[in-house]
Amino acid sequence: MALTDTEVSMLEKKAEEIRETIVTMLVAAGSGHTAGPLGLADIFSAFYFHILNHDPRNPDWEERDRLILSNGHTVPVRYAAMAHAGYFPVAECLTLRKFGSRLQGHPERLRLPGLETTSGPLGEGLSQAAGIAHALRMDDKKNRVYCMMSDGEQEEGNTWEAAMFAGKYKLSNLTAVMDRNNIQIDGMTEEVMPLEPLADKYRAFNWHVLEVNGNDITAFIEAVEEAKAIYEKPTLIVAHTIPGKGVPEIEFDYRWHGKPPTQEEGKRFLKEIRTLGGRVPGDYA
Amino acid sequence: MLNNNAHLSAKVFADDIEQAPTRDGFGHGAVEAGKADSNVVVLCADLAESTRAEWFQKEFPKRFVEMGVAEQNMATVAAGMAAAGKVPFIASYAAFNPGRNYEQIRTTIALNERHVIVCGMHAGVSVGPDGATHQMLEDLGMMRMLPHMTVIAPGDAEEARKAVVAAAKHDGPLYLRFGRASTPIFTTLETPFQIGKALTLWESQAPHVAILSTGSLSYAALTSARSLEEEGIQSIVLHVPTVKPLDGAAVLEAARRAGRVLTVEEHQAAGGFGSAIAELLAERHPVPVHRLGIQDTFGQSGEPEELLRHYGLDASHIQKAARAMLRVQ
Repeated sequence: MALTDTEVSMLEKKAEEIRETIVTMLVAAGSGHTAGPLGLADIFSAFYFHILNHDPRNPDWEERDRLILSNGHTVPVRYAAMAHAGYFPVAECLTLRKFGSRLQGHPERLRLPGLETTSGPLGEGLSQAAGIAHALRMDDKKNRVYCMMSDGEQEEGNTWEAAMFAGKYKLSNLTAVMDRNNIQIDGMTEEVMPLEPLADKYRAFNWHVLEVNGNDITAFIEAVEEAKAIYEKPTLIVAHTIPGKGVPEIEFDYRWHGKPPTQEEGKRFLKEIRTLGGRVPGDYA
Repeated sequence: MLNNNAHLSAKVFADDIEQAPTRDGFGHGAVEAGKADSNVVVLCADLAESTRAEWFQKEFPKRFVEMGVAEQNMATVAAGMAAAGKVPFIASYAAFNPGRNYEQIRTTIALNERHVIVCGMHAGVSVGPDGATHQMLEDLGMMRMLPHMTVIAPGDAEEARKAVVAAAKHDGPLYLRFGRASTPIFTTLETPFQIGKALTLWESQAPHVAILSTGSLSYAALTSARSLEEEGIQSIVLHVPTVKPLDGAAVLEAARRAGRVLTVEEHQAAGGFGSAIAELLAERHPVPVHRLGIQDTFGQSGEPEELLRHYGLDASHIQKAARAMLRVQ
C-alpha cells in the first residue's frame, strides 16, 4: 500500500526529531558516534513509526517484530527513535553513556527493555537475527525479523557464516538492512578493506538483494514491503546512506564516525537540521 | 572409606567396571532433555557423530540444527534461538567451542544472559592421537571468568547425562565439559547430582590430605585414596563437578578436616579448577595446596593413558603428590 503524502510528512518530521535528539544527547554525553546515527534517522523513523509491529508499553509482547541492531555503536539513533515512540521519556536520552544510565554506550538488553540483544562487538547481529528467525519459524510464528548492520562489519567472518546459514535455511522471515555509508573508523571502506561487489556477494549466498537510497523514507519502506513478498530467500536491503545526513557540514566526513559534537557545534548542527525542516535533500545518486 | 551416601557403582574398584566416554552422557542426556521439553534444540558444527549430537538428531530431526564448520555462528545463532524461547545446546570440540567463539559467547550469551548450554567436547589431553591443537586445556579458566556463567566438568558418563538434563532446566548460560576417551562409570542412577554441589567419594576417620578433583580424573583420585589408605595415609576425596559456582562449604569443610589440599584436573594448572580452589582457600582457610594439572605446556599425540601418565595426571602421580605433601610438613 502506497504511503500518503501526510504519512510521508509525519515520518520525515519524526526523522527530524530523532536527529535533533541524537545531536542533543551526544553533546550531553561528550563521547559517542555521530555520523552513523544521523545517517540512519530516516530508516529508524520508518521502522519505529511505520514498519514494526510493536507496542512501546509492552516491549516483550510476543507477537512483536524483532529489530536487531548489529552495529551497536549507532545505538543513539535507536534510543532516540524508541524515546519518541514512547518506550521511555525523551529526557532520559540525556543520560546516554552516564554512570547508572539504562542507555549504555553500546546497547545492553538487560538494562533497557525493547533492545532485543546486547551488541557492539561487530558481526554478531545477523547470526542472532537468523537464530531468532529460525526459531520463530520452527514454531510457525509470523513475526518478522529485521537486522540492522553496518557496511564495515561485513569485514567480520561471522557475518558471512550467518549469511550462509540464512541462505541455507531460506529464512524469508528475515530482512537485513545494511547501512552502506562507505565509512569506517580508519577511513573509507573501499580503502580500508574493499567490500564490493556487496550485492553480488549476498546473491551468491542465496539472498534476495535490493538497493535503495536509505535516506529516502518512501523508497526504504517500499523495499521492506517487497522483501515481505519474497518467500524463498532472506532479503538484504543495501541502504545507501549519507553519514552525518541532515547536518550538511559533516556529511560524508569519516572523521565524524566516532566523535560527538561540542556544545558550539551542537548548537550549529541543530540549527542546520531545523533549517532543512525535515526534508533531507535526496541527493544520493 | 567409600561414602555410602554417594551410591557409587558396586564395581567401583573392580577391573571390569563399566566404561564410557562422558560425551555419551551428553548424547543420552540431550535426548532425555529433548523428550522433557520440546523447546530443547541441539546445534552442532559438523561433528554430529563424535559429539553424540547425532543421537538427538535421530530422535528429533527437526530440532537439530546443522551449522557446518562455523562455531562463531553457532554460538550467536543459539543466542538468537534462546531469545525466541528455545533451549539450545551447542556442541563442538572445546578447542573451538569455547576456544574459537569465546567473544561471541561472552557478548551474546554471558553478558546477554541467554540460556544457552555450551558443550565443549574432546577436552583435555585424553583426546589422544589428534594432538595439541585439539587438546583443549584452557576452557575451564576461560569460562569460569565469565560473569553469569555456570561451569561443569562431569566425572563420568552417568553424571554427564544428569548434568545435561539439569542444564536444560537451569536458567542462564552454562558450560559443560566432556571427554573423548572411555572412562570408568563410578556413579550410578542413585548418586546425587545437583548443579553447584560437590560429592564426597571417600572419607577416612582422620584424613591427612583432601584430594579435590573435577572431571573424569576423580576416578583416579578415588583409587588413589584406597591405595594411600593401605600405606597408612588417610584422605578425603571430594569430587567437584561444578567448577563455578564452587560448593564453598564442602571445599572448606574438606580443607578444615584434612589440613592439606591436593587438586586434580585435566587442564592447565593455572587458571582452572585448582586455581579456583586455591583462591577460595587463600581467603577463607589458608592451608597448604598443591595443584596437579598441565604445567604451562601444550599436549601432543599419544594414547590417552600414556599422555595422562606423561603429564603427571594418573593415579600413581596423585599418590606421589599426596605423599610429598605429607613429607614436606
